[in-house]
Amino acid sequence: MRKFKEFIIEKLILLCGLASIFFVALIFLFLLKEGLAVFKTVGLFSFLGGKSWYPISEPPHLGILPLILGSLWVTLGAAIISVPIGVACAVYIAEISPGKIKEVLKAGIELLAAIPSVVLGFIGMVTLVPLVKSIFHLPTGLTALSGSIMLAFMAMPTIVSIAEDALYSVPKIYKEGALALGATHWQTIWRVILPAASKGILAAVMLGIGRVIGETMAVMMITGNAAVIPQSILVPVRTLTATIAAEMGEAVVGGEHYFALFAIGIILFVISFIINVTADLFLHKRQ
Amino acid sequence: MRNPHRTQKIAFAFLFLAILLILVPVGLIVFVIIQKGLPGISWQFLSDMPRQGMRAGGIFPAIIGTIYLASGAILFSLPIGLLAAIYLSEYAKDNLLTRIIKLAIVNLAGVPSVVFGLFGLSLFVVFFKFGASILAGAMTLGILVLPVIITASRTALESVPQSFREVSLSLGASKWQTIRHIVLPNAIPGILTGVVLEIGRAAGETAPILFTVAAFYLPQLPESVFDQTMALPYHLYVISTQVPNVAEKIRYGTAFVLLAIVLSMNLIAVIMRNKFRKLKKW
Repeated sequence: MRKFKEFIIEKLILLCGLASIFFVALIFLFLLKEGLAVFKTVGLFSFLGGKSWYPISEPPHLGILPLILGSLWVTLGAAIISVPIGVACAVYIAEISPGKIKEVLKAGIELLAAIPSVVLGFIGMVTLVPLVKSIFHLPTGLTALSGSIMLAFMAMPTIVSIAEDALYSVPKIYKEGALALGATHWQTIWRVILPAASKGILAAVMLGIGRVIGETMAVMMITGNAAVIPQSILVPVRTLTATIAAEMGEAVVGGEHYFALFAIGIILFVISFIINVTADLFLHKRQ
Repeated sequence: MRNPHRTQKIAFAFLFLAILLILVPVGLIVFVIIQKGLPGISWQFLSDMPRQGMRAGGIFPAIIGTIYLASGAILFSLPIGLLAAIYLSEYAKDNLLTRIIKLAIVNLAGVPSVVFGLFGLSLFVVFFKFGASILAGAMTLGILVLPVIITASRTALESVPQSFREVSLSLGASKWQTIRHIVLPNAIPGILTGVVLEIGRAAGETAPILFTVAAFYLPQLPESVFDQTMALPYHLYVISTQVPNVAEKIRYGTAFVLLAIVLSMNLIAVIMRNKFRKLKKW
């Protein structure tokens, strides 16, 4: 009897072990199920390359190029800001700061990671947006730049913590060797430790960017949500994620608009899948 | 000749600047929310229904809704996550399947939160016909927090010394008895810490509940798991972007309550982690 009970339990454990695979597959399947229907009416290329997104006009224009560019624009800006600061921060924490201060700094970064995205969006709206507006004398501060700054901030914890791990995993003898040859601490960091940790840092940057592309609430609240092809970083843009979040509430279940939003979901899923698998390869090979 | 020591000084100054560029804004954000949010907090604000299209009254139903959703998410994900962690730490061999499972966990953790919302909408709301409901929202959030629950539990289980298992097995206990009576009890503190952290995260997520449960304005408490409910993060989004002329006091107050819930969960987790680390017998 006990044998039987344990047999059942162990099968259940195996089943739950497989749950993550099951859920990832299920998410992809349901995105495909709802999203592929849009391609019955719109060709793949006119969907990806179409310059106008008017989902509720008659007939609807379902071209997501402005949204892709919006996401790209904001992500690029966020990466330019967050990568150097994030990596520098990781170097400082891993190499320079003494024990007690290190804990405080890490707690600060964890604090940032814990703040919900909607709270950051709210704070961005009431502080950053007016600031951008007055500095650049714009009609509105809800711009790609505001979004980039906020997102850079949100990517920071990911970049810092993974890059920090990468720096720690550089063998101690590398550092000792360099110091013994008379290099300064900074020369050791710049010429020896950073190159040795480069794969892990690359993974950190990729995962940070993944976080930025997928971020929804803050970006929706501070980028202005204009679905037009952006000409500069000082105009409102609309990202892929914000489009889904802002429009799904009004889309009719089973309608063309609904399918199109799921198709955007497929794109986001595929992007995050590629980023995560590649980053995982980098991190895995290093060991 | 460049002086390497001066270069080092300049470089370190820049690194320190990078730290300030992150930490100063974080401190300011928390400070501003406390400074402007705290005065708006009163017992009435916490326990009243919203009135006049959310321009007056309190946020009681949003608080309750968030508590329901976060606890529902954990109720759904903890059993699955714990068993999955047991599989990975106690049963899994170092083979391709395990590799794929780990990759799936990483990927599940990386799926954008709004895509979870789409998934919840298509599977729970439409396909299972739950409608926009607490059940659909909590299950969506449950799948969102699952990867972290698995990872945290697995770390806790793996930190139980191998010798504990060997002694138990050598005394004639079966593998499951060993897990049930030796490994699990020793891993519970670590698992709980992970759970508390994820309660906080589930409470703060907005995108996954947008189309699966969240009600724009519903000044009453939900009566069953098939009801819609208000929730704090969505409420904050609504009153800061969708409803004009909401008093600053109410907006900052809502942000304060949400932040307080999330950060106190984090604080509890940190305290638990430190406390249990001291109690550890090995």
